[in-house]
Amino acid sequence: MGMTITEKILASRAGRAEIRPGDLVSVPVDVILANDITGPLAIHEFRKIGVEKVCDPAKVILVPDHFAPNKDIKAAEQCRILRDFAREQGLTHYFEVGRMGIEHALLPEKGLVVPGDVIIGADSHTCTYGALGAFSTGIGSTDLAAAMAIGEIWFKVPESMRFEFTGTLPEWVGGKDLILNTIGRIGVDGARYRAMEFTGPALRALLMDDRFTMANMAIEAGAKSGIFHVDEFTLAYVEERATRPYRVFSSDEDAAYVETHTIDAGGLEPQVAFPHSPANVRPVSEGRGIEIEQVVIGSCTNGRLSDLRIAAGLLAGRTVHPRVRTMVIPATQEIYLQAMSEGLLRVFVEAGAAVSTPTCGPCLGGHMGVLAEGERCVATTNRNFLGRMGHPSSEIYLAGPAVAAASAVLGRIAHPGEVAA
Amino acid sequence: MRFTGRIWRVGDNIDTDVIIAGRYLNTINPAELAVHVFEDLDPAFPARLQPGDVIVAGRNFGCGSSREHAPLALKAAGVACVVADSFARIFYRNAINIGLAIVEAPGAAAIFGEMDEAEIDLAGGRIRNLSTGNTLDVAPYPDFIQQIVRAGGLIPYVQAKVREMGVNPRP
Repeated sequence: MGMTITEKILASRAGRAEIRPGDLVSVPVDVILANDITGPLAIHEFRKIGVEKVCDPAKVILVPDHFAPNKDIKAAEQCRILRDFAREQGLTHYFEVGRMGIEHALLPEKGLVVPGDVIIGADSHTCTYGALGAFSTGIGSTDLAAAMAIGEIWFKVPESMRFEFTGTLPEWVGGKDLILNTIGRIGVDGARYRAMEFTGPALRALLMDDRFTMANMAIEAGAKSGIFHVDEFTLAYVEERATRPYRVFSSDEDAAYVETHTIDAGGLEPQVAFPHSPANVRPVSEGRGIEIEQVVIGSCTNGRLSDLRIAAGLLAGRTVHPRVRTMVIPATQEIYLQAMSEGLLRVFVEAGAAVSTPTCGPCLGGHMGVLAEGERCVATTNRNFLGRMGHPSSEIYLAGPAVAAASAVLGRIAHPGEVAA
Repeated sequence: MRFTGRIWRVGDNIDTDVIIAGRYLNTINPAELAVHVFEDLDPAFPARLQPGDVIVAGRNFGCGSSREHAPLALKAAGVACVVADSFARIFYRNAINIGLAIVEAPGAAAIFGEMDEAEIDLAGGRIRNLSTGNTLDVAPYPDFIQQIVRAGGLIPYVQAKVREMGVNPRP
């Protein structure tokens, strides 16, 4: 019996020829990531363990991105804990405001995560790096503290689910629509404890940015990880960035999957997840007419350059609806600069949108776009849980950048074709 | 370990944002977090929760964000145990790691009602609704998880491991 890409990565790291779902393994990790929400708690627990230094100052990566730039005094103190620890431990990779980005856009861009890695992060969206053919998963602060001390972590080897996307992507349909549709099919616990393996001819046309978007939301189906195979596009992306050697693994023909789903991408409309669940997914046409007060284009899910290009394409020469506040948040400084040199930021500002320095801010109801009672928002973020972006009676509609930009123009949930026509 | 407690019932897919909202994550102080637990579901809930109470949930309890502030807030609020049909994986690890008692018992949500009295017998592997007499057998934690639980959480477990390995000791 063959092995899946996920089983092979974990077997290789565990020093075993073969591994099966359900096996318990302890594996060394390549990257140990935390942010200004989870890092201070991890540091607090790390102090109790009885070691002086982290296992490897090049592996522990700290990014203040959630409530940074500091949103209030308490957040400032949390960010300072991160900064002081980075200095004390001599960490190679600490990213200060002005040089930072949203962690899951930043690390791949900087070449700090590569194919074949085992990556853990005290942030549930750490599953993003599966787009590079790595095993990558979110954990809590205490698990992270332990890994900072000993450089390894235990896992139960997950069963794998295979998602095959067929057909040709219609206009305005991208990675966000594919992953929303997938979560809508299987539910928020449809992949609980499992690895989601994304494959199929429709994905060949996807940019790396779209693959990051899809792997990013594997957690919204309860998955331990999401993963793509490495192809020439992955290699092109990695080759110009990788700071370490990488290893390419792939699933065997006779690998075992606990479930296989085939999804015809050619038949999809742009997708929208209605309140208050990422699995409450419907075609955008069912949302037409729902009036909104805010649009957020950004986050670790959809704040990358191709997302901004799509949004700018629809906003160019148009204006944001008078009732709507639109926030555009490039996910990293590099994306910000590139968007500037391509003229995208000018398009956003001229359209009447606010452009922000990188931050997770509004996604988790922190700052830079918190919702008032009863307000509705179309967001390219990843969660529309009750109260996620502000008041518990506010509503979040999750969508890709095209639907978000079209909705900003029309002041209601809109199909991009309504604006572009 | 065996104890009784009053039941609070919550539904399926309770996410960690609802357990402790993002706006309160600018602190890691468990006491500060505890007063906001489940606030977005019911603003009166934190005040009504009493030490020793038991939460009984449906499927996928603790889904979403990895914030360990969620089990910390429940523990600091005095929740004696969370019983659920199933748990989201990060929450499950976090709860075990910080020493919040959790019981995964498929079918639990069906046999407990709000304000019922529960008896939780962790060692005996059984939970009982004292108000109705219904009982449910509970599978024990896997061996490795039991080691962490017996050690008193992940940090004491790793402390022992670090001493064993003799690596990188604090002078």
